[in-house]
Amino acid sequence: MLNVLRFLRQNPRITIGFALIGCMLLFWLIGNATIGTSKAVPISAPPDLPPSAHYPLGTDSAGRQLLPVLIAGVPLTLEVGLLAGGVGLLIGAVLGFTAGYFGGPIDAIIRTAADVILPIPALAVLVVIASTIHTLLSVEIMALVIASLAWMYPTRTIRAQVLTMRNRAFVDVGRLSGESHLAIIFRELMPNLLPYLAASFVGAVGAGILAGIGLEALGLGPQDKPTLGMTIFWAIYYGATLRGMWWWWGPPIVILVLVFLSLFLIAQGLDRYANPRLRQTV
Amino acid sequence: MSAAYVVRRVLLFFVVVWAATTFIFFLPKLAPGRNPIVERIGMMVATGGVNSAGMQSMVDAYEAKFGLNKPLWQQYLTYLGDLSHGDFGYSLMLYPTKVVDIILVSMPWTIGLLTVSTVIAFSLGTVLGGLLAWPRAPQAIQYLLPPLFMFSVVPYYLFGLILVYLLAFQFRVFPMSGNSQYGVVASFSPGFAADVVYHSILPALSIILASLGFWALGMRAMMVSISGEDYMLFADAKGLNARRIFLRYAMRNALLPQTTTLALSLGTILSGALLVEVVFSYAGMGAVLFRAVSGFDYFTIYGVVFFIIVGVAFATLVLDLVYPLLDPRIRYSKR
Repeated sequence: MLNVLRFLRQNPRITIGFALIGCMLLFWLIGNATIGTSKAVPISAPPDLPPSAHYPLGTDSAGRQLLPVLIAGVPLTLEVGLLAGGVGLLIGAVLGFTAGYFGGPIDAIIRTAADVILPIPALAVLVVIASTIHTLLSVEIMALVIASLAWMYPTRTIRAQVLTMRNRAFVDVGRLSGESHLAIIFRELMPNLLPYLAASFVGAVGAGILAGIGLEALGLGPQDKPTLGMTIFWAIYYGATLRGMWWWWGPPIVILVLVFLSLFLIAQGLDRYANPRLRQTV
Repeated sequence: MSAAYVVRRVLLFFVVVWAATTFIFFLPKLAPGRNPIVERIGMMVATGGVNSAGMQSMVDAYEAKFGLNKPLWQQYLTYLGDLSHGDFGYSLMLYPTKVVDIILVSMPWTIGLLTVSTVIAFSLGTVLGGLLAWPRAPQAIQYLLPPLFMFSVVPYYLFGLILVYLLAFQFRVFPMSGNSQYGVVASFSPGFAADVVYHSILPALSIILASLGFWALGMRAMMVSISGEDYMLFADAKGLNARRIFLRYAMRNALLPQTTTLALSLGTILSGALLVEVVFSYAGMGAVLFRAVSGFDYFTIYGVVFFIIVGVAFATLVLDLVYPLLDPRIRYSKR
């Protein structure tokens, strides 16, 4: 416990990042307990009302109350990010470790695949997939679709990290003492890369959320869920900016910016932790 | 730069485009039990109140017409053949306009907006980042760091929403949407050009402000690590003037990773810019895509997506070919 505290004090960025995420989780938990999300659906209130005592964040043109929308949207957005980032990083780690550790033809195949797919703008392919399976799209499926195009960058960077470590003495010792390949990867290589993997995970979560709200802002998100991106889509669709309805699109933007800020801070803090050379300088 | 490298790189471009088009052809077909024609006609039946008695024969007729009753590999070859000479079929919403015509009209707007704002953001951000990490730069510049940091985490189009509200709705300094005065015919006159620039300032500003921090922070980190290099100390000891050290020794070397980052993030930048167009109803490919998505105009969606893929792949190719010219250490050949 004391160790955790000291770690947090020495890494203020990570602390602030986690504190921001914590605030959002609190907002969700308290909101769920007190207000609930039942009013996050259309025609649960008169439309187009500015914030008032009765409707704390106002209502949108379809008669959704916007505070419940936010309470329902925050966990959905985080879920998309965690699922897409997690699965993307998992695929990337498996491929990256395989390619970097074994080398040879497997490496060539994985590297070429990543190089060919990396320059394809993910949003373009996601738009095609999402617009064909439109009606079947749930938050989880959307996250998995995003993950299917989020593994190339982790694969490349993890492979590069493994390559620098593959021929170090401690790996050779492991090999000579008869450890299996899996044991070497999990017991010798993985622990050394943990801070690095954690930083990539946080980066992947951010990228997943970004791709998710990008799709949703085009109207391609899950139709029946009040995600933050869909809220922004409806705000654009109904011309909320042109009508001065700041309460419609403003709060989701604030929350998204806080999410991105906290992930950015955590990733930077982890980077600094993993790479001490960065620490005293910046 | 060897000829073999150029050939290999150009080859990769074609492989990328082929892989992406194959991807977007087969992926939707993997979805079980879906038939876009049945859905589309079903939609028309539902909205038009037409009776649905003859629906199945209509579906069959369309499938025969579009060749959807042929085996998949044959459809795939036809699709590749059509793409290779730029035939994307007709827009479903704006029939009988061809998809390729819609795209050709909107593409210059996107390329113009994107190129200008990215060039400004990249060069300004790079210089700012360099100065931020330069001990001899004026101290006042450090005040820019927190806002740059904040802006860099905001997606372009969300920034756009805030800017529209502030600068077009609250203070009516700039127009709210569109890319020129409504109803004015496009021409090569100074007045029209000024109008276009005036309409492009807000969308461009949201891209520039939101991406400035990204380039500045990346450059700053790079400059910091370069400041510790021995050749920097040596240049200082030789008594070179500060300007020369900054430009030729520090900036020159830090610029190379920046260029790599630019090549890697082109796809993300373009996606962001397309959504900015949606926010501003700027008549580029983003707005076309938005409309096509809302109207289930599959042919237009495919066309726009194909152009996005080719565009990004091509820009990456150009950057990759320019990169070894920037950095004499890179030869891309086996010694």
